[in-house]
Amino acid sequence: MEQTVEYAPASGVLSGIWLLVAIPLVSAAILLLLGKRADKWGHWLGVLSVAATFVLGLVFFISLSGLEEGARSAQQSLWDFIAVGNLHVDFGLLFDPLAGVFVLLITGVGSLIHLYAVGYMEHDPGRRKFFGYFNLFVAAMLLLVLGNNYVMLYFGWEGVGLASYLLISFWTTRPSAATAGKKAFLMNRVGDAGLAIGIFLMFATLGTTQYDEVFGNVSALSSTTVLILGLLLLLGAAGKSGQFPLQAWLPDAMEGPTPVSALIHAATMVTAGVYLIARSNAIFTANTTLQTIVVCVGALTLLMGCIIGAAKDDIKRVLAWSTVSQIGYMFLGVGLGGGAYALAIIHLLAHGFFKANMFLGAGSVMHGMHDQVDIRRFGGLRKYMKWTWLTFAAGWLAIIGIPPLSGYFSKEPIIAAAFERGDWTAWLFGWAALLGAGLTAFYMTRLFVLTFHGPERYTEDNKHPHESPYIMTVPLMLLALGSIGAGWLLATTIPDWLTPVFGEHEEHHAVMPHAVINILGIVLTVLGAGLAWALFRKGTALEPRPAGVVVTAARKNLYTDSFNEAVFERPGIYLTRALVYLDNKGIDGLVNGIAAGVGGTSGRLRRLQTGFVRSYALSMLTGAVLVVGAFLAIQLGWLA
Amino acid sequence: MGDLQLPSIDYGALLPMLILFGAACVGILVEVFTPRRSRNVVQVTLAFGAIAAAFVAVIVQHNTRKITIGGAVAIDGPTVFLQGALLVLGAVSLMLIAERSIERGGPFVSQAAITVGSQKDLKQAGDQSGATEVYPLTIFALGGMLLFVAANDLLTMFVALEVFSLPLYLLCALARRRRLLSQEAALKYFLLGSYASAFFLFGVALLYGFAGGIKLSDVHEAVANPQRSQVLLYGGLALIAIGLLFKAALAPFHVWTPDVYQGAPTPITALMAACTKVAAFGALLRILYVAFDGVRWDFQPVLGTIAVLTMLVGAVLAITQTDMKRLLAYSSVANAGYLLVGVLALNEEGLSSTMFYLVAYGFSVLAAFGIVTLVRDADGEATHLARWAGLGRKSPLFAAAFTFILLAFAGIPLTSGFTSKFAVFGAAIEGGQTWLVVFGVITSMLLAFPYLRVVVLLWLSEPGESTPTVSIPGFMTSAALVIGVAATFALGVVPAPLIDLTRDAAQFVR
Repeated sequence: MEQTVEYAPASGVLSGIWLLVAIPLVSAAILLLLGKRADKWGHWLGVLSVAATFVLGLVFFISLSGLEEGARSAQQSLWDFIAVGNLHVDFGLLFDPLAGVFVLLITGVGSLIHLYAVGYMEHDPGRRKFFGYFNLFVAAMLLLVLGNNYVMLYFGWEGVGLASYLLISFWTTRPSAATAGKKAFLMNRVGDAGLAIGIFLMFATLGTTQYDEVFGNVSALSSTTVLILGLLLLLGAAGKSGQFPLQAWLPDAMEGPTPVSALIHAATMVTAGVYLIARSNAIFTANTTLQTIVVCVGALTLLMGCIIGAAKDDIKRVLAWSTVSQIGYMFLGVGLGGGAYALAIIHLLAHGFFKANMFLGAGSVMHGMHDQVDIRRFGGLRKYMKWTWLTFAAGWLAIIGIPPLSGYFSKEPIIAAAFERGDWTAWLFGWAALLGAGLTAFYMTRLFVLTFHGPERYTEDNKHPHESPYIMTVPLMLLALGSIGAGWLLATTIPDWLTPVFGEHEEHHAVMPHAVINILGIVLTVLGAGLAWALFRKGTALEPRPAGVVVTAARKNLYTDSFNEAVFERPGIYLTRALVYLDNKGIDGLVNGIAAGVGGTSGRLRRLQTGFVRSYALSMLTGAVLVVGAFLAIQLGWLA
Repeated sequence: MGDLQLPSIDYGALLPMLILFGAACVGILVEVFTPRRSRNVVQVTLAFGAIAAAFVAVIVQHNTRKITIGGAVAIDGPTVFLQGALLVLGAVSLMLIAERSIERGGPFVSQAAITVGSQKDLKQAGDQSGATEVYPLTIFALGGMLLFVAANDLLTMFVALEVFSLPLYLLCALARRRRLLSQEAALKYFLLGSYASAFFLFGVALLYGFAGGIKLSDVHEAVANPQRSQVLLYGGLALIAIGLLFKAALAPFHVWTPDVYQGAPTPITALMAACTKVAAFGALLRILYVAFDGVRWDFQPVLGTIAVLTMLVGAVLAITQTDMKRLLAYSSVANAGYLLVGVLALNEEGLSSTMFYLVAYGFSVLAAFGIVTLVRDADGEATHLARWAGLGRKSPLFAAAFTFILLAFAGIPLTSGFTSKFAVFGAAIEGGQTWLVVFGVITSMLLAFPYLRVVVLLWLSEPGESTPTVSIPGFMTSAALVIGVAATFALGVVPAPLIDLTRDAAQFVR
């Protein structure tokens, strides 16, 4: 399949697209460098810079839509970044329909969350620093979606990872936050390594990392190369987006402040993996095995997320697993390919609204309940928090896909598309997606009912819940409007808008009529929601009760953590210990608590050797014998 | 004996080295003839003047491509570039060495021979200004390094190795604080360095036996048309490589690095981390590219294994360190691994990207150690990691600079750490060494962890009772920090000019 990709140079208004990255970056620099001097007004600068970026993004978006359909792209090369051998990397940006919708999502939802955070972080002494990191994140995320080559994408990718790590660990007084930050960091590194190696592979085989040149030349690669390349990109995407097998960090990342969970770990950064695959659609479409693997990852993760989400009692963790599961839907979409790329993007945008809505709602609940997160300790909050309740309800109905809220318009088509796969797998993936819809309805309803309805089960110190100030509820209302209306709006406009990116697609026939799928989806949703309402209407036990195999497994994250520990952590610890054994001193075993978890497991070993010169000399001699031996072995033909 | 001819000598080409050696000798005379009070000023002026003059002499030579004094020294693109780099990095290290305002009397002890802990020692620790011999010693070391990267025969290379090593052994012993640790480090460095030199020298002997000459071009020809046993060739190559791997701190010959880096006076650690690396890799590049390129298929896998081992050891052990200087030492070990990946590309890109990496890393590491000299308490530098907790709150500016340098070490984009790693990995891919790049990427991901942990420690931890304050740096240290940080940023954002420069220089003469 020959595909030519050409991007038009940026001209007119669009030649200012670099400002989108520059504005939040400058603001972050000001906030972080001015220090205490900016404490009084710093947060407003943070909000203003993102809002300004949103307005600017809107202007660019409108001027892009004014262009002819074939020429809807603006590429801008700022400077020659690096040239090694035949590799040439531009510091270049690309504003096209796909980047455009992401820019609007990031800055639009980002502005609302920034505004909310002004209220949420009011009593936190680190508020200015928080906004500094937050702006840094926005700049990096915009660079990620605006780069015109994979190296620029990698820049943004690393940047958002860094900001995410800093923000998860923001409350270092909690040891769990430090551990969560570490976990997020390590799991992301696995993914990042995949992406980085993928980029080098691209360079080795195609000699370029520019999008247009890569996509134009994919057809020249052997299908094995495409498969390996795609798998590496998929590994990167799975790491960033919390997909199987790298999903475990995302729920732990909820240790960060709630606005962070809403912006980074729900609405934007975690969808970067979906962006990567959608952007690389030429690579993924070129190999059907690859597509099937993406679909499998998506389907498996969406079911896992639902099952685990149904067993959790921490309001933010339930939402986090639901994020994992919803991104599973998006992976399913991008894996299906063809017209489903646009569907995945629609779901991504709609999800950005309703998930941010619910996360901020959860933050509002916590704000009124002394940071209580256990849903068994809520109940009946609708009396005290009218606005939070109403807006959360909009998000809840949207995510479970009740027509005509946004989730219905974004999720239903993906389910239908899964049934359109050409072979028997249509039944498998179609039903997985349908089942997921039912389960989503169950666990989200459980969350909603236990929090806002039923009897009050507050702890002693929490007798007087209160509604949050307007600076927090107004963003909630705006996001709730998005949850209600965005789906329909997006579903009717986005597919055409994204045609220049994903190409035209032909209609497929589903194994079941669309109407049947549609009705099945609604029936399962209503069943799931009804079941949850019936079960949890009267509240729930305050302690976990003994449960069956499935529930126990779900409470333990389906044993994935134990698996990770056995397969990765243990060998890693042993490797480190073995190496530390060779290291001589300086491991003084003072694993320091205040120092944000300084020192690792391996630090427990105390001076196994004492730094004697003789032991150093011995190790050098051993090395020398090995090196000389290896050379002589080569010479005698034993090796090589 | 009538047919003995003096080799032709191009004094112009040797001028940079002659200036440094001459200035170092003058520096020793200054010690004798200048009154104690004005000695420091004179020595500092002399040292900077010599480096500046040598740098001008290098610039003048930038188009020279020749072999002179009977084939002992080669002045070519890599020589000129690396000599220039050594002089610039050396000047920045000298700024750290010359700092006298952070601590009374400077970072060096006044009389190293006084027994530690004696009455006299207590007296000198309090009020006597540091030894000014450090300047001529530093200049000798720099001169030796300049010769080392230019040496075109094995014996000259060995002599240069000793010329720059001996002053470094001495300098390591001269710390004002923690003198026992410093002396222990110096002794270790000396013993192990001599041990490694012996390997090198034995290798030279074997190669002489193999090639019948000690010039690199003799070896090159003998490799192409071997007349004698290949055992001599491979044995010699292995032993010479070991000598150089030791100086470059590659596993398993890196064992001295953490102890010596920790014990040496921090400005000397900075000098070693920046300049010794340049010198060692400069010589390694020349030996492998000029003398042994005929057997590249044979040494690539062995040295590749060493590179992988080095990256792993450096990255994994950096994670467990609790002392800032040891952490930076292991990071320097890991970086030696990345440099070796660039060397093993064995093509022009490999040469140019390795040279770029050396310069980029040199600036960053100088800035890093420069900041280490500033974080102090009553006992001198506070290098335990726990002591750095919450430093961002106490001294945001320095913590920010240090954070930036750490991000560069972690290879975060828009710092020179990213561009230089990208360059060597790109070169290695071109050279068909994809497996090294895979390991390189994985270990650099690992290695980012200890750095970012320190970042979190700096900014997000509460400052404890024991968090020391950052001393106000004098002009010299401030200048070194500004140069280091600015270079790290500039090479991360617009690396192209320097990369072009290394490209133009990437051709050895044989």
